[in-house]
Amino acid sequence: MAVTKVVMPKLSEAMDTGKVIKWLKKEGDRVQGGDILAEIETDKADVEMEAFGAGVLRKILVGAGDRAPVGSLIAVIAEPNDDIASLISGAAPPASAAGKPAGQASAPGATSDRPTSVPLQPRSEDPAARQPAPAKSPDGPGAGSRIQTETRREPAPGPSTPVMAPVASAAPLAGGRVKASPLAKKVAAQRGVDLKVVQGSGPGGRIIRRDVEAATTAPAAAPAVARALPGVTGPEYEDRPLTQIRATIAKRMPLSKAPVPHFYVTSEVAMDRAWALREELNALDGAPKISVNDLVIRACALALLQHPEVNASFQGDSVRVWHRAHIGIAVALEEGLITPVLRDCQAKSLGQIAVESRDLAERTRARKLKAHELSGATFSISNLGMFDVAEFSAIINPPEGAILAVGSVRRVPVADGDEVTVGRRMMLTISCDHRVMDGAMGARFLQTVKRYLEEPLRLLV
Amino acid sequence: MAVMTYREALNLALREEMKRDPRVFVIGEEVGLYEGAYKVTQGLLKEFGPKRVVDTPIAESGFTGVGIGAAMVGLRPVVEMMTFNFALLALDQIVNSAAKMHYMSGGQYNVPIVIRGPGGPAHQLAAQHSQSMEVYFYHVPGLKVVRPSTPMDAKGLLKAAIRDDNPVVFIESETLYAVKGEVPEDPDFVIPLGEAIVRREGRDVTVVAYMGMMYRALEAAEELEKEGISVEIVDPRTLRPMDAGTIIGSVRKTHRAVVVEAGAGFAGMGSEIAAFIMEQAFDDLDAPVERVTGANAPMPYARGLERAKTPSKERIMEAIRRVCYAERS
Repeated sequence: MAVTKVVMPKLSEAMDTGKVIKWLKKEGDRVQGGDILAEIETDKADVEMEAFGAGVLRKILVGAGDRAPVGSLIAVIAEPNDDIASLISGAAPPASAAGKPAGQASAPGATSDRPTSVPLQPRSEDPAARQPAPAKSPDGPGAGSRIQTETRREPAPGPSTPVMAPVASAAPLAGGRVKASPLAKKVAAQRGVDLKVVQGSGPGGRIIRRDVEAATTAPAAAPAVARALPGVTGPEYEDRPLTQIRATIAKRMPLSKAPVPHFYVTSEVAMDRAWALREELNALDGAPKISVNDLVIRACALALLQHPEVNASFQGDSVRVWHRAHIGIAVALEEGLITPVLRDCQAKSLGQIAVESRDLAERTRARKLKAHELSGATFSISNLGMFDVAEFSAIINPPEGAILAVGSVRRVPVADGDEVTVGRRMMLTISCDHRVMDGAMGARFLQTVKRYLEEPLRLLV
Repeated sequence: MAVMTYREALNLALREEMKRDPRVFVIGEEVGLYEGAYKVTQGLLKEFGPKRVVDTPIAESGFTGVGIGAAMVGLRPVVEMMTFNFALLALDQIVNSAAKMHYMSGGQYNVPIVIRGPGGPAHQLAAQHSQSMEVYFYHVPGLKVVRPSTPMDAKGLLKAAIRDDNPVVFIESETLYAVKGEVPEDPDFVIPLGEAIVRREGRDVTVVAYMGMMYRALEAAEELEKEGISVEIVDPRTLRPMDAGTIIGSVRKTHRAVVVEAGAGFAGMGSEIAAFIMEQAFDDLDAPVERVTGANAPMPYARGLERAKTPSKERIMEAIRRVCYAERS
């Protein structure tokens, strides 16, 4: 009776396509709402996708290993006698077959009726509100329940458009919207041109058709030929395909560094007492092991409460000031950097932070994060201390307003009165969005963090 | 084909239809003895007599009502407004009686009436007599609205209007009465209502314009040809029902559109055309639709100001260059 469209879920803010790792149900299987249908690889983690309706998994449209844009139909759940032909004929082909437009005649309604995605995350004070809310079905329990019909539409490519083009996704990120005429978008989609790399010549930089045409007729780079030198063998270089994470970083970082005016404030922190406290805490039986980073997270959480202007996002005509500290903790992986979010750090004890951040980091490395753990940070911390880095500057991850870069705790000569002794020092550099705050605000915040770390008993009360 | 003026083409259409169908009659101020303020009804009184060419007092609401009543009982009146600005006095008759009678009588009465006369800006007729009156009528369900730009259209469309079983508002122009053009003499030649025409073929931009603005757009197109911009001009001819298909087809080809209208732009014909282009051809547009409209002001009497209020060839050219992203050469 009820037909449930299974669409590629949007599992993170930056996600515009996802890959089906494997289907856990096969065509013909009967499924209940809540059954795990498939595993999806997003740009950051592998996520289990559950069924939002009951019936028979009639058709799988995107096979294991194939990619599909967010919001596109990847499977259909229906009763055996339901007619799903029109639904399927309107679906886009998986991205692995991209480059060839789908041959089907496009029913005009097929794209516009498509539910966008499942758990779109509205920005909210309450992390719970980011979870998909079950919706009652008029047909009774289970029938098509929880299928979201979001009015917000991702500009997913239409059925006659090759899916490969990231163009139409005109990223809804702050400052990242690509202005292009509708025709230019259509031509770009047909030719597989990424509008983000096209220079617009229309008013206000609008990309118009001739810009897309010029981009496609530009001469391709001549293939480089390796020159054989004595003693030098092998190819001169190799092109490694971008991992999903690297591609996301490549896409997102210019959206931060270019439009967000960064400024940097650096401060040195005496870590002798914090170091001693940590050793003392870690010697306690049965207590969680505390890392330097845990101390920094706790210090930042407390300082953010006192300096909410640093815990803030630029919104064009207003600044959203957060009263809770959801801190993104950068974790380096082979494939790239991921920043899972530790929520409500302001309300967590040092021990809790230690346990949860370790768990988060381990699950990040195992790529077992849940979708809601990947977005919603209000501030981030990036720590390269383990690489023996004295200090560095980080790039802000919008819409956050600041990020703290943490160096190693080093043993350095320090002046103690007229004597030179050895002390433990750590450099902190905060990168701030100048649209949100000024240098003094960043400096005052850093001063507070420094005070917490230099008087570390404050972290325990 | 014969070459004749727009005025003569209208006169010919009336004569042919009055000959063809004895139910057709003409009624209005000065249509008989004086042969029409603009001589559109010249010779009709002599040829068809006072029962079919009826002079009336200066009372638009009254003689329009007479026409509607006559139409309800089976005649096919052609009501002349000396200028369409005077139709404001008959607005209640046209909007509330003519347009709605078929609907409100449950189909018992239809009103095959034509209300015709000149409208739009002319030469120094000032604020009260220069209005683009079509805007008052095409909003009303139940009315058809025609604006014929050429002598051939004037004849073919007036005949179609007289033969139509619905009320038709047929607005001519003082400035076009003397325009000459080829007109078929075939008494069965009619142009169906609701069909637009491509006046000039082009590649780069679609300009939608009618009446005097259509001629101005043609001049703009000739000049822009020298700059390498190829302009297609579509004349809707009938504003309601509007032939959106022809306009959309042209936009799908050129990917750009400029809509020109003589009247003020707010909620004008250009707004409607721009809206349906956006709705039906969004993915074909390479630029936002531009409107070139009259200024939002009463028509001044002074000649220089009159010219400034009405869209000029230069303003049409500028709009075309903008949608083509072309620098001024």
